[in-house]
Amino acid sequence: MMLIDPHAHMISRTTDDYEAMAAAGVVALIEPAFWLGQPRTFVGTYVDYLSTIVGWERFRAGQFGIRHYCTIGLNSKEANNEELAEGVMEWLPRFALKEGVVAIGEIGYDEQTALEDKYFRLQLTLAKEIDLPVMVHTPHRDKKRGTSLSMDVCEEMGLDPSMVVIDHNNEETVGEVLDRGYWAGFSIYPSTKMGNARMVELLKQYGSERIIVDSACDWGISDCLGVAKTAQLALQSGVSEEVVRAVCYGNALAAYGQSGQMKESDWLSPPAIDQRTLYEGNSILRGGREPVIEEPGTQRRKGLTIE
Amino acid sequence: MTSPKDLLQKWIAERAGAERPWLEDQLATLAAPGATERELHLFLGFAPRRLGKADLALSPDELAEADAARPGWQPGDWSLDGAARVLGLLSYRGDRPFSETFKDLRRTSDAAEMIALYRGLPLYPEPESLHFEVGEGLRSNLKPVFEAIAHNNPYPRDHFDEHRWNHMILKALFIGAALGPITGLKDRANPELARILVQYARERWAAGRPVMEELWPLVGPFAETPEIRAQLDRARAEGRIIEEFVS
Ligand SMILES: [Zn+2]
Repeated sequence: MMLIDPHAHMISRTTDDYEAMAAAGVVALIEPAFWLGQPRTFVGTYVDYLSTIVGWERFRAGQFGIRHYCTIGLNSKEANNEELAEGVMEWLPRFALKEGVVAIGEIGYDEQTALEDKYFRLQLTLAKEIDLPVMVHTPHRDKKRGTSLSMDVCEEMGLDPSMVVIDHNNEETVGEVLDRGYWAGFSIYPSTKMGNARMVELLKQYGSERIIVDSACDWGISDCLGVAKTAQLALQSGVSEEVVRAVCYGNALAAYGQSGQMKESDWLSPPAIDQRTLYEGNSILRGGREPVIEEPGTQRRKGLTIE
Repeated sequence: MTSPKDLLQKWIAERAGAERPWLEDQLATLAAPGATERELHLFLGFAPRRLGKADLALSPDELAEADAARPGWQPGDWSLDGAARVLGLLSYRGDRPFSETFKDLRRTSDAAEMIALYRGLPLYPEPESLHFEVGEGLRSNLKPVFEAIAHNNPYPRDHFDEHRWNHMILKALFIGAALGPITGLKDRANPELARILVQYARERWAAGRPVMEELWPLVGPFAETPEIRAQLDRARAEGRIIEEFVS
């Protein structure tokens, strides 16, 4: 089964991870612009980071047969540094239209401060102006309120819920997100956000409509095979293949494909080597090879269950 | 004679279909006094979305017009969006020196954009002011970016000093970029390059690796230079068959 990991911070991962993801069936992933583990203190370092995720990282992923997309945004933590935030906002319009940018994100709230609110709204306005989907990061603390607030603000700013993915959901938030018409992302993240066994229970309860599974793998304790292991566990637990394909592949493509920057043909029939688009080195999926999900990752990743 | 900018505008307008009014409106905005860099950035971002990424697919007559407008200009492998980006940059009248605008764009460009920016090199004002920028492109990790400068582009032939020229050729061999499409390859052959290439060939042989035959025509004209002669004699004594290439 082909998989998409629509939330993966590959800039902090190794080539082993790319190999393991490709072996597990990941054909495409999305790298959302986010915090690097410590705050950036100069606009310039933020700019070079954005350049890296639209540039080199895209190429690096291609070397392992994985199509790389990204989202562009000012994250909520760094929105609290007003000088930095003002600077970054000036650069976003030129990055948001780069090739392979599928959304403005990940944006939203962390501490739910006034500055976070200001820059969230400004970025929603930009997304509307240039007609891109939005990826919303919901806060770790006071999550339920922060999630509701994020959707309230999206609606106030005139965004269509079908253009917004609310990410990092759990059992407490999913009902409202789906009821209000948004895409609901789940980050399979060991011990903190959402384990894959819990996710399987949610799939049994809610089915597949507008539900998206991602790994949110980054520089912390996380698993780049979160999507693959969830897919496998779900299939073994009796969830239908159709549901698994929707939540681990089809829905992400439908949601972020609204950008016009992400199409199935990108990985099913990649163009021949093309100097303009850099598909060179992308050989793993050529020749009709169907990736298999049963293939194990590295020896470090034996277990199916994450939590 | 028609300028390269006018040619680009004509070619792109003819291929823009329903987007032609958008294109003309954007170009007028960029050319007007007071145009902002934000307008330029958004135009560069929207170019592939509005116009598509098809090949520019110039006819032989159009290619001849290009060469007449700027000797050596070979936009035969340009794309429609890439051409529009170069045209946008040529149309924009900012307050800053061209090289500063270019540097700013290059620092934040995605791969396709960077390739377009570098393919436009032979058309820009103040070409000498772009040396640093061209150096950055040649150092790129991305082979197609290197090739946007090295292949079918008269800028290196016209503006590189011998050191930079020679290292571009050597890097092309290292990364597997073809030498054939380098504009001015034979005209700019030089004894120092021939010496470097023979040395390079010896290192490859020592490592048991093949040597690209493409380099021998650059060595041949200098085969009687004593240092090169000595190296070639050694290669011959070691059983390397190179006569047919060097002759
Ligand atoms: Zn994230």
